[in-house]
Amino acid sequence: MTIQSKRLSLFVLPLAIFIALVGLLLFGLTQDPREVPSPLIGKSIPTFNTPDLIDPSRQVTDAELRGHITLFNVWASWCPACKAEHPMLMQLAQQAGIQLIGLNWKDERSAALQVINSTGNPYLFIGYDRDNRVGLDWGVYGAPETFIIDRAGIIRHKHIGPIDQTVWDDTLAPLIKTLQAEPHSP
Amino acid sequence: MIKHRLIRGGAVLIIIGFIHTAALGFTLEQFHFDSAQQETTFRELIGKLRCLVCQNESLAGSQAELAQDLRREVYEMLRAGKSEQEVISFLTTRYGDFILYDPPLKPSTYVLWFGPIILISIAAVFMLRLLLRGRSPLNRNDALDPQEQQRLNQLLAATIADPNNPTASSTIAEKSHP
Repeated sequence: MTIQSKRLSLFVLPLAIFIALVGLLLFGLTQDPREVPSPLIGKSIPTFNTPDLIDPSRQVTDAELRGHITLFNVWASWCPACKAEHPMLMQLAQQAGIQLIGLNWKDERSAALQVINSTGNPYLFIGYDRDNRVGLDWGVYGAPETFIIDRAGIIRHKHIGPIDQTVWDDTLAPLIKTLQAEPHSP
Repeated sequence: MIKHRLIRGGAVLIIIGFIHTAALGFTLEQFHFDSAQQETTFRELIGKLRCLVCQNESLAGSQAELAQDLRREVYEMLRAGKSEQEVISFLTTRYGDFILYDPPLKPSTYVLWFGPIILISIAAVFMLRLLLRGRSPLNRNDALDPQEQQRLNQLLAATIADPNNPTASSTIAEKSHP
């Protein structure tokens, strides 16, 4: 090795390592550490049984979620991001082929009902989970969170944070399309 | 001026002290255990589990609502006679390994566990090589390359062939009579 090429490698090698490190750190910056991947993806939905928010005399159970492609949306009246996604949910409620089930999480019934009465109810049913009993089994750690469940009752995706048009167009709509293409299982 | 600052600083410290004891009191008061052993297990366990909302806090240290719920759950499971391992697997099937401060050893965490050791080994090899090369004069790369050797031979030959050549002889003279 001549002196020139040795000098060059002493310059190029650290530079390459530095660039690789910068690349790694930049990639790290694009990752949101608050988005914890759910171990429930690919698993069957947890069973639950919780009172209906609107009609406490009836129960909302996991049976409601089976047999349909379901968006299971965790929300609360104290959560600003839920307010932000509410119009989007109202829009999604019109979509054919999917059903929206809500889980009112760690909330006061009166406050939750006020939100539904004033801004509309996009959900088919809303389970009332004041004490986080249902949320705990679903690994919920914040609101809003949305689980996408296929007809067989398998959790296929979890979206953490509000659903906006971008999230819907880029992630959720294509997924739902593939789920709809899947054959009905007995 | 300074006196005022001292008073203000002292007041802040006292208030912080109150907040701290209030927070401690809250977690300590909430639970009653069947045995001292159960309480120790509980304290150890919530120290090992991460709060998912404030990720730099353990369940033991966090006052986030979710941490309170999970503490309650851990407490109820222990009271119901569940083992530490059962509580951990209950939580990891729901929240993932992320809830553990001490990640388990498995293929997806090999890089995490062995990466630093591998990097340190590579660095150690390079450093050893560098140290050994610097110490041993035999390994030092000061041998002449073929071109330099040829030039040396030429110079030596010229000096021997023409001892009266002033430039050549002076070179030799300087070398042989320092």
